Amino acid sequence: MSTVTHTSGQRRPDAVPPAGPATGRRAGAAAYSIGGRIFNGFSHLFLAVWAVMVVYPLFWVVMSALKTDSEVIREPLSLIPESLQWDNFARAWTAGIDSFFLNTLLVLVFSVTLTMLLGSMAAYALARYEFRGNRLIYWMFLSGLTLPVYLAAVPLFKGVYNMNVVFPLLGPNKHATLILVYVAWSLSFTVFFMHSFFRTLPHSIAEAAMVDGASHTRSFFSVMLPMAKPGLISIGIFNVLGQWNQWYLPTLLMQSVSGEPKHQVIAQGLIELSVNQGYKSDWSGLFAGVTMAMLPVLIVYIVFQRQVQSGLTAGVGK
Amino acid sequence: MRHGVARFVTGFLALPVALYLFYVVWPFVQAAGYSLTDWGGYSDSQHFVGLDNYVRLLSDELIRKAFWHNVFFLVTVPLFTIALALFLAFLLNVGGREDRAGIRGVFGSALYKVIFFFPQVLSLVVIAVMWQQIYRTDSQGLINGLLIKIGLVDAENPLAFTADPEPFLGVPAVLWWLLLIAVWSGAGFYMVLFSAAMQSIPKDIYEAAILDGASRFHTFFRVTLPLLRDTISVAWVYLGFIALDMYALVFVMTPSQGGPNHASEIFASVIQFNAFQKGQFGYACAIAVALAIFTILLAALQLRITRRDRIEF
Repeated sequence: MSTVTHTSGQRRPDAVPPAGPATGRRAGAAAYSIGGRIFNGFSHLFLAVWAVMVVYPLFWVVMSALKTDSEVIREPLSLIPESLQWDNFARAWTAGIDSFFLNTLLVLVFSVTLTMLLGSMAAYALARYEFRGNRLIYWMFLSGLTLPVYLAAVPLFKGVYNMNVVFPLLGPNKHATLILVYVAWSLSFTVFFMHSFFRTLPHSIAEAAMVDGASHTRSFFSVMLPMAKPGLISIGIFNVLGQWNQWYLPTLLMQSVSGEPKHQVIAQGLIELSVNQGYKSDWSGLFAGVTMAMLPVLIVYIVFQRQVQSGLTAGVGK
Repeated sequence: MRHGVARFVTGFLALPVALYLFYVVWPFVQAAGYSLTDWGGYSDSQHFVGLDNYVRLLSDELIRKAFWHNVFFLVTVPLFTIALALFLAFLLNVGGREDRAGIRGVFGSALYKVIFFFPQVLSLVVIAVMWQQIYRTDSQGLINGLLIKIGLVDAENPLAFTADPEPFLGVPAVLWWLLLIAVWSGAGFYMVLFSAAMQSIPKDIYEAAILDGASRFHTFFRVTLPLLRDTISVAWVYLGFIALDMYALVFVMTPSQGGPNHASEIFASVIQFNAFQKGQFGYACAIAVALAIFTILLAALQLRITRRDRIEF
């Protein structure tokens, strides 16, 4: 960080650094230029308009979820419901949202944990040990980043159906299947990300641990993994959001085979809910469903917004 | 120290590699294999047909349509999202008042960053189902409702949005309406990304520019933008992948998943259509392989174009 040493006379009033809240001190900057003010006003206006464009639809959905059906039709634009209809939520909840949530949570708890564990284990072995085939395995993981999931869709679908014959637990419409598929498809980015992270950690500490008698495995779990915590948080957020938002893989794999109820996750179920509620003209119920799929994530995000923003931008930016 | 390394490495890699091979690599390999057959998907009969599927693909009207739609998104999604995100980041970081402490970010910039990021944490399906309601073609839709109320749109003849195959600037209108959603949901994230990159640029560079008498806008175009080059090209690559993967929006929002009248078909929807509706798995796999080759070529091209000496700071 440096200090500005020139005087205000030397710079034009509108000449200012386009970067963050400036910390440089300026000597007697009395320059409240007209142009600057107009620009400031314009900035506020434009940013506010965009903020409204982001928030207004979300708010509209939440408010419509609290109206009666006839009010949704009569006064679709009003943002203040005549009276709050909480039973819309109860109706949407029993129309399937309850099981969507349950399935999503059940799958996510295991798939994210397993992704992080297996991903960091593979990344660690690849980043810090020389052995034959190291590059090959690394590139194999990396290639998954460019290949579109639709390419694998047909054989994956077929493979899971064949699995049903020999090992039904890993057949279609099983939580375990979805967990393993999520893990496998998340490994590419997780290995890629954690690989570069483990490379930056100093070698001396792991070596010291091993001199003290720790095994390779132990020095990974009790020394290296805790040191990689910032990276784990980043990739963790990335995986939670990514897997929470999955809809193509579940739509493909969570289909009922023998008449048992489909184990749908939230994104997948929401599509079906939107079709069904449309047929029944239960618009308020649909809005309630969307609200319930949306609010928990938004609330978690608002609470952890710093970590989420820095975690995701680190994951994409570097 | 070397003791047990082989066992350790095998132990650590066995499970992840096995899972990855089984659920990712093997399906890819199989897809490439099926693409050389006439397999229908539901029967056991499949014959090796060589490159027939690929030849057929070249003259398939639907694929040609899908290809150009993919190209449309590939150009417009990154272009509009990055332009808007840069503009928002610019306003956010230099739009503030000048005072004793110099120029500031806009008052409330932290709040704007939180709000603009909202769509990023929402699932694309939630966004799509929500926009389904916004785009409704009667007075109940958010946009039509507003426009009818202020008299810009006739209640008898509302906007059709994603059911509108009429071309606008040479491209079916439905694609523009889908593009709007993609830009709406992506701009905030990239604004935060660019904003972070702008703030990591050392202040001395700006001070030098200011001493040379550069204006706010000059500084942005001559200093900030070139220094953001790396971040922008990364964003471009990521948005490119998002653009190729507009399927969630097409699936939820368009009539018969690629309609109306195939006006919004993209590669992914054509694969889906051929595999699961027409029962032509072999052909669908050939399309998928073509898409993969297209993607890899693009990624390689992208890397070549954006490779350039890094500016270290």
